[in-house]
Amino acid sequence: MSGHEFQSYFPESGGVDYSDTSTAIDDRAIAELRQLAGRYPQARSALLPMLHLVQSYDGRISPRGIEVCAEILGISTAQVSGVATFYTMYHRRPAGKHHIGVCTTALCAVMGGDILLEKVSEKLGIHEGETTPDGLFSLERVECNAACDFAPIMMVNWEFMDNMTPAKATEILDKLAAGQEVQSSRGATITDWRSAERVLAGFDDGRADEGPTAGEASLRGLNLAQERNWTAPAPGSTTASAPAPSQEKK
Amino acid sequence: MTDMLTPVLTANWADDRAWKLANYERRGGYQALRKALKMSADDVMTAVKESGLRGRGGAGFPTGMKWSFVPQNNPNPKYLVVNGDESEPGTCKDIPLMMASPHTLVEGVIISSYAIRAHHAFIYIRGEVLHVHRRMQQAVREAYSAGYLGKNILGTGYDLEVIVHAGAGAYICGEETALLDSLEGRRGQPRLRPPFPAVAGLYASPTVVNNVESIASVPSIIANGASWFASMGTEKSKGFGIYSLSGHVARPGQYEAPLGITMRQLLDLAGGMRNGHQLKFFTPGGSSTQILTAAHLDLPLDFDSVAAAGSLLGTRALQTFDETTSVVRTTLRWVEFYKHESCGKCTPCREGNWWLVQMLKKFEAGQAEEGDIEKLLDVASNIGGRSFCALADGAVACVQSAVKEFRSEFEQGYHTPAWELFPYEKSALFATNEGGRA
Amino acid sequence: MSVDAKDAAVQKSDLVSVFIDGTEVRVPKGTMAIRAAELIGVAIPRFCDHPLLDPMGACRQCLVEVPDMGNGRGMPKPQAACTLEVAPGMKIATQNTSEVARKAQEGIIELLLINHPLDCPICDKGGECPLQNQAMTNGRGESRYGGVKRTFPKPVSISAQILLDRERCVLCARCTRFSEQIAGDPFIALVERGALQQVGIYEEHPYHSYFSGNVVQICPVGALTSAAYRFQARPFDLVSTVTTCEHCASGCELRTDHRHFQVKRRLAGNLPAVNEEWNCDRGRFAYRYAQGDDRLTHPLVRENGVLRAASWPEAIDAAVAGLRAAGSAVGVLPGGRLTLENAYGYAKFARAVLGTNHIDYRSRPHSAEELAFLASEVAGRTLADSVTYADLEAAQKVVLVGFEPEEESPIVFLRLRKAVRKKGLQVVAVAPFLSAGNAKLSATLVATRPGAEAAAVAALPVEGDTIVLVGERAALAPGTLAACAALARRGGVRLAWIPRRAGEIGAIEAGCLPNLLPGGRPLDAAARVDVQTTWGVDHLPPLEGMDADGILRAAGTGHLKALVVGGVEPTDFADAAAVRAALEAAPFVVSLEQRVSEVTERADVVLPVVSIDRQAGTFVNWEHRRGRVNRVLRDDRVAMTDLRVLAALADGLGRDLGVRRPSAALAELDELGGWEGVRSATASAAPARPAPSAPGGLVLASWRQLIDGSAGNAGAPDLVATAKQPVVRLSAQTAQRLGLSEGEDVTVTAGRGDLTLPLAIEPTLLDGVVWVPGNYFTGSTGELAVRPGDAVTVNRGGVA
Repeated sequence: MSGHEFQSYFPESGGVDYSDTSTAIDDRAIAELRQLAGRYPQARSALLPMLHLVQSYDGRISPRGIEVCAEILGISTAQVSGVATFYTMYHRRPAGKHHIGVCTTALCAVMGGDILLEKVSEKLGIHEGETTPDGLFSLERVECNAACDFAPIMMVNWEFMDNMTPAKATEILDKLAAGQEVQSSRGATITDWRSAERVLAGFDDGRADEGPTAGEASLRGLNLAQERNWTAPAPGSTTASAPAPSQEKK
Repeated sequence: MTDMLTPVLTANWADDRAWKLANYERRGGYQALRKALKMSADDVMTAVKESGLRGRGGAGFPTGMKWSFVPQNNPNPKYLVVNGDESEPGTCKDIPLMMASPHTLVEGVIISSYAIRAHHAFIYIRGEVLHVHRRMQQAVREAYSAGYLGKNILGTGYDLEVIVHAGAGAYICGEETALLDSLEGRRGQPRLRPPFPAVAGLYASPTVVNNVESIASVPSIIANGASWFASMGTEKSKGFGIYSLSGHVARPGQYEAPLGITMRQLLDLAGGMRNGHQLKFFTPGGSSTQILTAAHLDLPLDFDSVAAAGSLLGTRALQTFDETTSVVRTTLRWVEFYKHESCGKCTPCREGNWWLVQMLKKFEAGQAEEGDIEKLLDVASNIGGRSFCALADGAVACVQSAVKEFRSEFEQGYHTPAWELFPYEKSALFATNEGGRA
Repeated sequence: MSVDAKDAAVQKSDLVSVFIDGTEVRVPKGTMAIRAAELIGVAIPRFCDHPLLDPMGACRQCLVEVPDMGNGRGMPKPQAACTLEVAPGMKIATQNTSEVARKAQEGIIELLLINHPLDCPICDKGGECPLQNQAMTNGRGESRYGGVKRTFPKPVSISAQILLDRERCVLCARCTRFSEQIAGDPFIALVERGALQQVGIYEEHPYHSYFSGNVVQICPVGALTSAAYRFQARPFDLVSTVTTCEHCASGCELRTDHRHFQVKRRLAGNLPAVNEEWNCDRGRFAYRYAQGDDRLTHPLVRENGVLRAASWPEAIDAAVAGLRAAGSAVGVLPGGRLTLENAYGYAKFARAVLGTNHIDYRSRPHSAEELAFLASEVAGRTLADSVTYADLEAAQKVVLVGFEPEEESPIVFLRLRKAVRKKGLQVVAVAPFLSAGNAKLSATLVATRPGAEAAAVAALPVEGDTIVLVGERAALAPGTLAACAALARRGGVRLAWIPRRAGEIGAIEAGCLPNLLPGGRPLDAAARVDVQTTWGVDHLPPLEGMDADGILRAAGTGHLKALVVGGVEPTDFADAAAVRAALEAAPFVVSLEQRVSEVTERADVVLPVVSIDRQAGTFVNWEHRRGRVNRVLRDDRVAMTDLRVLAALADGLGRDLGVRRPSAALAELDELGGWEGVRSATASAAPARPAPSAPGGLVLASWRQLIDGSAGNAGAPDLVATAKQPVVRLSAQTAQRLGLSEGEDVTVTAGRGDLTLPLAIEPTLLDGVVWVPGNYFTGSTGELAVRPGDAVTVNRGGVA
């Protein structure tokens, strides 16, 4: 009822999961990591994209991923670990094929995000921060994702699922589970989380041209202006100091 | 004189595939760049100064003045960094802008870099918006192919490299010095100032950090002139800006208007509150700005007027809440956000938000005790203005303004849970009709 | 606490006037308010602030009010004094005069305590804890916190030596800043975020730094503790003594704490001119070497081939009998770890009592060229005319020759690193590869094969504002010391010789070399007369004596009839087996030692001397700066120092040593003073040894690592557990040529044996060079009788 419980004991904090040393980082991955490091005036700038790329290979920030990044950038593994544990998009344990985020920051929470998270959690049978045993879904309580005019918001692999309701969410999850095509409200066809991480690292997946220019809410002001024939002043038609519209249009 | 809404940045958002270079050019895109490259860098800077453009990321610092702080006698390279970390609760304007018309930003980046004599620019975008990255990355590739980026741009001898950079989940990286640390591959924690980024920013070199909307506004200033821009807005808050309405308003969305439009006007445009409900409170510029109520409906939403009313214009993120909403619950959820997003560097923010959350949870559960309001306010006063950066000030602002406007609701927290006073399902947009509004 | 505001070079015009609680104080521009307040005795509470670390402003404890920035306007919010640069006319109101500041500080303390455990009664820091103290002086009487405290599993070992209790941590980042900024070992970092933020390591890579103990000392709470001291004592039960470290020639001031006559811990002292507020882990944690079962507690006398316990009079008599029989045919090997006073005792004992110049403290590989170099370039200097730490910090360029600062003089390393970070110092290393330590100095490598150093030094494009730091190993590459001396005669170039052992400079000054009398005096008639006068003797031997190798050879062949040996380890010499053989063959050996050793095992009389913590004296560091050694433990009535034992021997021999207490020895040495007469001639270049001629031949490079198997590290297992793993280093190309790969065991065969260690590929190492550590726990290069520059072979492990 009141959101998540207050946690005060942190037995597993402080680093990634060292017990799982599995990795898919191969020569190609290392070459790509080096390529990222080479894009910047100073190589260390590439660390965030490099860690995204590590996740696209290993499904999490793996010990091997930390070591490789440290070696390529000439910094200590502790420094890489400090960065990897600072940012919430980096996972210590494998995320699901599809990573589901439900926004429960104040506005989304009030608009129904809390209820939505509860329903999604029930539907998937996992709590936030967990991954389904079949590896298909992981669930995260996300903070404001900059789509408040589409609240409540759900994210699938960091694609927007706007104006979410429990019924719509259930339908999306069912389709994803069944391997059917799902379209983001304002994005591309849903791929999978690892592919998304690869795009964030800076590797194109050729899907930029999918999806609309803008969502409905984004266009409300523009549509209204067009209806009412409101525009910005024509260049050259104005003097330097116009009175404020609030005073004019009352 | 000036129309109620003045779409400039949003003007092409309804176009088919507005994100493509050809479609952007068809509307006159990159003409401002051609014009700027024929001007001297100083003249471009002067134009932006004279336009009166103030930073659109929240603080409202004059953009042209920020540029002029870059010491041109410093032998180090100069950098432009675009702050696309849009994460302030309620703020949702830069993401649709970059998604719909990434070339507006790219053109602004080139002109702005030219003005400050930078040859390297970075567009730092929060990581959790996959499709925005696709569109921005593609726009930059297109711009390179068209000769707008790279070596010898449009034959002028000016060189510029642009990198689209993904963050990885940290609100604090919207703070410009934390963003720079993050862009250097570090933990995004704010830096000491001075030195300011204009003197020692990225790689300790002179750096300008500007918000997406600020930089996206630059092409229109160059194309149409500083006086055109300054003809909109108020005396000290010139130009247009995107107002983002969200929450219990009937038609939430982006409304681009001259600065100084009022909440009443915006609510009218957005069809008022959802059917049968009234406005209870709203944030003028994101959760870090003190909440306002219906008493402030006629307040011009410009930098100075909102500040005079004890809040901040911030990012014009107007989150609206109707009478079904518990202020205590909302405040708690905002402070939980700040607790989650505190970088941990300084004591008051790291420990203070941890404490505030626990206190607010007691209020929400109706388990607070007599005197807890005073304690809450006193602890808040030990946090606000004492922390390293402004993050905790935002947390304190929402607590203090919530108590100020709705003290009685906090007093009810001495005995009655918020969910009993304000059944939460009534606030949900799909509460009465599961299908929701969409 | 050092106040960097007081820079000698500050001009009056650079001073700004500020008002703190109404008191005017003039400080250099750029001074932080918290430092300015210290100057007038106003203590602003703080946690993250540390004068030697870059300001951070993280804990916010030092908030003050600024009613006037100097321009008539006040600052709207309280400011952190640790990051507030003063401005002319600025008015600062601290907690003493400002209610805003007082409440702000009280608020911060309260916030720091909400998640801090109430375990002060069992916390090592309790009693000397800045959090505890400042909570008392600047905090509320009672907490208003009613929530739950943040907890973690505890403690975490971030290394074998350092433990971390995360819930005590206040996240001041002193430790992480120290590691990154001062030591250059960023193996601890802040990890996690927000309320979960904590100090952490990468689990596979513990916090192995030679300077790790400093983080325990600067931790303002009990979050970081050492395995050596954890739960050993309460601070208020300890007795503290300021003294000087015996482990190397850096010359750190220490604070040694004991309880019940047992040293419980050692801390870095506060000596801005030398170690600032730091020391190395060896200096901090290696203090139990003389507390083990091998401690000699009573004299031993050999009877029928077997050592048996004896009384002091009996043992002295036995030693005197042997020495009397030997006459002047005695060699004296004092070793390099003595205080100046003890060394002076040996020097005077050899000359005035035994009548010989056969004395050499160098219990390590050495050369005749070095002897000449020490006489002309090192002996007789004073702090005033020597290179100092301050000079290193101010120099434009420092050239390292045969010297690895981090391994061989760690505080020199820290000062160089500070100069590199803060002043843009350029470091040039003449070495076979760029070591990790020198990489932290951003050093430029002049890649040099062992043996080719002289030519490399001669070819250095060095002039103007340059300091050459040459290590004791340079003696092994013929011509190198002479080349360095020649370099130092170029305009603006200065030279300093930095040995490893704490007693070397003192031994030189005391006259423990076969060619030098005390005070850097040569053996010429004028100098001898000078010394004879002070000593009240009518004759001193005029001819240069034999060096240590010569003495041992002569003892082995019976040309010398007796040896008097101080703290000497055969394995430290170029050829350990030869030393052992000589000791065994020597007709008579008197050993003055603290612990059972390879020398005592072969001695005829063993006279136990007190450990460093039971005596007073002086160490002279590489700068020729005297560091006071103060007596820490007073459980023995009489401290049987080397000096006192030598005086007793002299008495037995019917000659008066004249001095038996350190204070008297020092007074007499000072009375002798420096030598103002003619100095020894400049060292001349010895012919270079021919490099191994076989094409594709491998030559050895080697130096000792700070934490290794040496006797001084005994009794400190947690320290030794943080040592670098010994490896053999080869370049990739050489390894490939030999068919060897990273990590596999390889065997290096040289001189008298071989060693097998894992291979580490070193990218900057010259092809054809093999590096091994001088001491690799299971042995040493001395054991193999191999020296840098010698030819060696390398094979896959086990294949000799």
